[in-house]
This record gives sequence, structure tokens and C-alpha cells, in this order.
Amino acid sequence: MVTEFTPFASFVGGVLIGLGAVILMALNGRIAGMTAMLGGVLEPQSPDSPWRLAFLAGAIAAPLIATLIGAEFAFAAPTTGVLLAIGGVIVGVGVTYGSGCTSGHGVCGLARLSPRSLVATLTFMATTFLTVTLMRHVFGD
Amino acid sequence: MNRILSALVAGLVFGIGIAVSGMANPAKVLNFFDPLGTWDPSLAFVMGGALMTTFIGYRVIFARRQAPLFDAKFHLPTARTIDARLIGGSALFGLGWGISGFCPGGAIPALGFAPWPTALFLIAMGAGILLARWLQALPRRQTA
Repeated sequence: MVTEFTPFASFVGGVLIGLGAVILMALNGRIAGMTAMLGGVLEPQSPDSPWRLAFLAGAIAAPLIATLIGAEFAFAAPTTGVLLAIGGVIVGVGVTYGSGCTSGHGVCGLARLSPRSLVATLTFMATTFLTVTLMRHVFGD
Repeated sequence: MNRILSALVAGLVFGIGIAVSGMANPAKVLNFFDPLGTWDPSLAFVMGGALMTTFIGYRVIFARRQAPLFDAKFHLPTARTIDARLIGGSALFGLGWGISGFCPGGAIPALGFAPWPTALFLIAMGAGILLARWLQALPRRQTA
């Protein structure tokens, strides 16, 4: 499935992602990692749960409000429900053992020049590339 | 209350950024990793914009302030070890990302404008997180 190359929108979106991370650090002193935010749902008794839930609520609400006032975001999940579920379980296990994902390691960690985050980011970028290449060009049609 | 409101604002900005960037669109994400096929290099611009902003922003904050506005100190990760757990977990994350096209930071905002099949992915991901936490809590096998 072909998707439109959107360098400008993607760059602006990236700047906003970074701005969200900078706001959270300046005001609360926290890393904007989505894996850690999900702990807000899974550990409701934690003292960090309320602000993490607030971040998650904001992240869901912003695109929702934008679409209600007329914005449109391209979306397509070019895979089956079974593969989405299998992929979801593997992502959940992976980000827990790897202590982070694209936002925590790939943005916040690299911005702090963390060697751990550099290793993590290079590793998951490599295995994502391998997975897509194998699924599409070796085992795919 | 300040901390909750500021996290909400940060989440709103982060979430709209994800949606505008295309990170919440699995087809677009997967195409970034398919230079041999229907390649879409947009994600390089997402990472570029996000990293540039965060790199500069963090430096300005840490140079000017001893503590964030609404807390006594910055809460920065202290782990330094690069071990099999970090590499194996990250490798698995990439496998799942490549299968589904969703990463956690992309899927949460996607829930706001494409609830299905995003919810399916998120429920499965939650199960995976709980499974990994349960495995991590098991007593370590004794090694002689």
C-alpha cells in the first residue's frame, strides 16, 4: 500500500512531539516515554498514576478533538486482526524488557545522549526493518 | 493539581504531534521500513523534528534550572547497563512493531481518531506488558 510522502507535516508533527516532551520535562521533570505512561493504567495505586493518566488522556483527546473540528488524519492498518494481536503482545513484552519504546528511547533518551537508548533504538529499528523486509519480500507475495 | 494539568497539556501537544506526523498510521510507519518496496521516508522527518526540538529544549532547561517548575527535582533514568535484557527486549519490540505497524506512542493517539483496530492492538499490548511483568516477578532460578 503506497502512502503519501509528507516531509513538511511529518517534520512539524515531530517538532510538536518534541515540544510535548520538553513541556513535560520543564514543568514536571519527567521523561515523555509512552511505555512508562502506560504504567499509569497498570499501577493505579502508584503516586505517579494520576499525571501519567492525564498525559495519556491528552494524547488521545488531541487527535479526537482535531477530527471533531474537521481535521483528517490518514490511517490504514494493512494487516489482519490476528497479526495485530500477535504484534501487540510482542510489543508489550519487548517494551517492558527493553524499558522503553520509540518515544522514551528514540526521542527522550537520544536527546539526552544516553548510550542505553542509542543501543535500544538501533536494535529496534534494525529488527523492525528486518521484520518488514522478511514479511513483505521473502515470505510475502 | 499543577502536575496533572501540565501532564495533560504535554499529552495534548504530544498527541497532536503524533497524529500530524503520521506516526499513528501503521501503513505509513511500515512503509518507512520498506525501502525495497513502497518506501515512504516521512518518518525520518518525524524523528529529525522531534530529536532536534527535544535535544535543544532539554539543554535549555538543564542549563537554566535546578528543578522543574512543579517538582523538587528532575526524574532522569539512572540505569547505565547495556545488557541482554535491554537488547533482547528492544529486538522483540521491533519484531512486534514490524508485524503490526504500531508502537505504543503511535497507538495511544491513534485511539482518538481510529479506535478500531487500534483498541485490539492496545489490549494485546497490555496483555504483553502484564505477561512480561509477571515473568520478571518470578523467582530467579538458582545457578550452581
